[in-house]
Amino acid sequence: MTVVKTSINRRSFLKASALAGGGMMLTFNWLAGCKPTTTKEVLTLPKEWFEMNSYIKIGENGVVSLMSPNPEFGSNVKTSMPMILADELNVDWKNVLVEQADFFPERFERQFTGGSQGIRLGWQPLRTAGATARQMLTDAAAQTWNVPASEITTENGMLIHKASDNKASYGEMASLAATLPVPEEVALKEIKEFHIIGTSRKNVEGKNIVTGKPMFSLDHTKEGMLISMIVHPPAFGMKVKSIDESSVKSMPGIRDVFVFQNLRDDYERNGFDTTSFADMVAIVGNTTWEVMNAKKALKVEWENAPEKTFDVQGWRGKETVVMPAGLESSDGHTYQMEQMSRKAAQELRKDGDPETAFKKADKVLERTYTAPYLAHNCMEPVNCFADVTADKAELYGPIQAPEFIMNALSTSLGMPKEKIKINLARMGGGFGQRAYGHHMVEAALISQKVNAPVLTIYSREDDMTYGIYRPTYTATYKAALDKDNNLIAFHVKGGGIPEHAVAANRFPAGAVDNYLAEGWSLNSNITIGAFRAPRSNFIAGAEQSFMDELAELAGKDPIDFRLELLDRAKNNPVGENNDYDAERLSGVLRLVREKSNWTETRKNIHRGVSAYFCHNTYVAEVLDLEMKDNKPVVHNVYAAVDCGIVINPDAATNMGEGGIVDGIGNALFGEMTFKDGKPEKNNFHQYQMIRQKEAPKSIEIHFVENEHDPTGLGEPLFPPTFAAVANALYKATGKRFYNQPFVHDLETTRMEM
Amino acid sequence: MASLSLNINSKNYTVDIDPQMPLLWALRDIIGLKGTKYGCGIAQCGACTVLLEDNAVRSCSLPVSAVADKKIVTIEGLSEDGDHPLQQAWIEHDVPQCGYCQAGQIMNAAGLLNKNPNPTDEEIETAMNGNICRCGTYLRIKAAIKTAAKSEKV
Repeated sequence: MTVVKTSINRRSFLKASALAGGGMMLTFNWLAGCKPTTTKEVLTLPKEWFEMNSYIKIGENGVVSLMSPNPEFGSNVKTSMPMILADELNVDWKNVLVEQADFFPERFERQFTGGSQGIRLGWQPLRTAGATARQMLTDAAAQTWNVPASEITTENGMLIHKASDNKASYGEMASLAATLPVPEEVALKEIKEFHIIGTSRKNVEGKNIVTGKPMFSLDHTKEGMLISMIVHPPAFGMKVKSIDESSVKSMPGIRDVFVFQNLRDDYERNGFDTTSFADMVAIVGNTTWEVMNAKKALKVEWENAPEKTFDVQGWRGKETVVMPAGLESSDGHTYQMEQMSRKAAQELRKDGDPETAFKKADKVLERTYTAPYLAHNCMEPVNCFADVTADKAELYGPIQAPEFIMNALSTSLGMPKEKIKINLARMGGGFGQRAYGHHMVEAALISQKVNAPVLTIYSREDDMTYGIYRPTYTATYKAALDKDNNLIAFHVKGGGIPEHAVAANRFPAGAVDNYLAEGWSLNSNITIGAFRAPRSNFIAGAEQSFMDELAELAGKDPIDFRLELLDRAKNNPVGENNDYDAERLSGVLRLVREKSNWTETRKNIHRGVSAYFCHNTYVAEVLDLEMKDNKPVVHNVYAAVDCGIVINPDAATNMGEGGIVDGIGNALFGEMTFKDGKPEKNNFHQYQMIRQKEAPKSIEIHFVENEHDPTGLGEPLFPPTFAAVANALYKATGKRFYNQPFVHDLETTRMEM
Repeated sequence: MASLSLNINSKNYTVDIDPQMPLLWALRDIIGLKGTKYGCGIAQCGACTVLLEDNAVRSCSLPVSAVADKKIVTIEGLSEDGDHPLQQAWIEHDVPQCGYCQAGQIMNAAGLLNKNPNPTDEEIETAMNGNICRCGTYLRIKAAIKTAAKSEKV
């Protein structure tokens, strides 16, 4: 039995009634029932709810309402987080309703969706909240029956005292339990006692999604609501010079047109306050179509923006960001990056004496990898509803990190934070883009200006050309083998605009005596942001492609080669800061070798392997492809995953499949380029996304069974896929693929044939 | 502006509307049916798919004047209680991640099954290639369509 102190969860025991302005607004939420949903079986709502803590309410009829604290962008936390609560509470999943919590920092810890951290960081607090409510119900029964609490057991929402033959439902004890003191310590269940965790449960929103319920903020409406759209500069490095209001003001349905500034000049930004343009033009009207037409007709003059320098309070403390003036192009970036690669860079880690080791080498391999900017391209374009009046602001929008946009909202609106309410909408994708809440500030400022509720909508073109892209990266790898083909030295030098992607303490650091990692970066006025598995989404592909080529040079099987290095890292590690567990990384490689029948050869099927650790989860993948008409057709992908305890296996598998499909798509096609500051793609006719025909024919995800605390799955399966594709393509074509997206080199290969 | 009569989900609506307005925005902004989604506005992603006389069409690129008096079905009208074989199969396979594209995927699949009740894998891939799922649920979409096709035959 694990006993935990409830104080780790202090916020969750504040009752809504004890808070200023208390009470939860559920106006925007569709209740999601966990019961199979034929009309007859819909849960009867209770007459009265009794609040056990922030997460749990129990009705007098035994129906349980569980709050999902984190914003939902498709990783299914709205199902898996309540599963953890329900299991510790010991209730029947069929009697559970799930509600989306609004942003409420007084009641919930860390309402942030990103970094694959939701389940990892939610695990202990959610279990504690569930177990605490169970204990309080037990205490209520003990008091009522006058028996020791320790003799009472719980099962499927029932309290049972065998000796006295007493039995009651949670519903019967809820009103008393809600008034009892919160116990100082509670016992958590043993892993073998779980009855919901580890079993597949359907998405609680499944029915709402397939019947088209208005569950996204883009679907939101309110009496008197107007529509607004924003015109941003056509190129990075430009700003508004002037607008001709008369070009649109008399058009049908148009209410207002004006230039506005998102952030105040003196505002001190945090890492999620990224805005691409200092000022933009808002057009407000009655319907989307009318505003879209006005947008096309608007006459604006743009001018070049000056260099801008500002401080950003980020994870690593305060940093000064320089946004140079000028109109940048991808060709120029390529040239600059090649130049920078030859210059000295910042040392990130050094073990042994790499210089001498390289001189003593029998063979040296050096290869350079590159990747372009990527646009997130969430299917739901950026949007936000805002209703700002003189004394309060109400926002409803897709946001992964509500906490981090509060300062900007408060400062830009000139309104204290207590007056600003952010309701969390289900997001039509996030992928990191929705961690940046500039759209909430824009929507709020527009609503404030026109003094009406407004839904601010980006067109697809606005969304794709706004910025906050995955940065462009490069990395040069160099390795030395001795005459017995042992790896004796390893050097990685990575760079990018405006950051490099080197993770200096990850594999193969710790497995090589002589090791050097270096990084450099270049400033740019093209904005960047988190994109599914930041940095890992490039460096995993580069490193694992290089490992494949290195294994070949050493004359070794690529899995054996990696396992040998991991044995070294496990048994006799070099250095002390290696931030991976070599045993668990070996474990997924061995599992994928077994599940894919790695040594089996099949006609026309070419296999690539890759393994990577990021976001606390270990993944190895084997990808099988065939070339048909000089195009790669991916047949099977096998993944072995060690993320500790799996909460909801089928949903976890779904997430893994999505990461792999996304990886194949971005490895082959993903790319944003620029000409004179202007993004060269603005919609899906130009920006190639993976589609049904390019998706693999099958994917198998195998989870390592262990009792480690759970880690996340939104990101870790994505980064290794890039190298699995590259390594399989090498087997299929005899060519190595160094530059993403691979579609360009595939095209060259096709022309040569 | 023109006065047009629209037949949506077996219900008649008379609307005073810009005849050039795409059906998508008429559905969402004028009629108030939000299940049909905006994704690209240029018929490249399929999020806005509805049935027009039983055929899957992209409502973002169809002027409302072109569909007056024709039979339009949106996700809200695909079944009375969300129990169309495709909707059931979508739940059985737990297809959605973010869920945004799924109404369009289901409506496109409905158009496919109307024409071809028993499609092969290759026919499904071809028919569904115009519908982007950014979350990458393509395998589950394909599996759900096959399940629905089987159940419809029964």
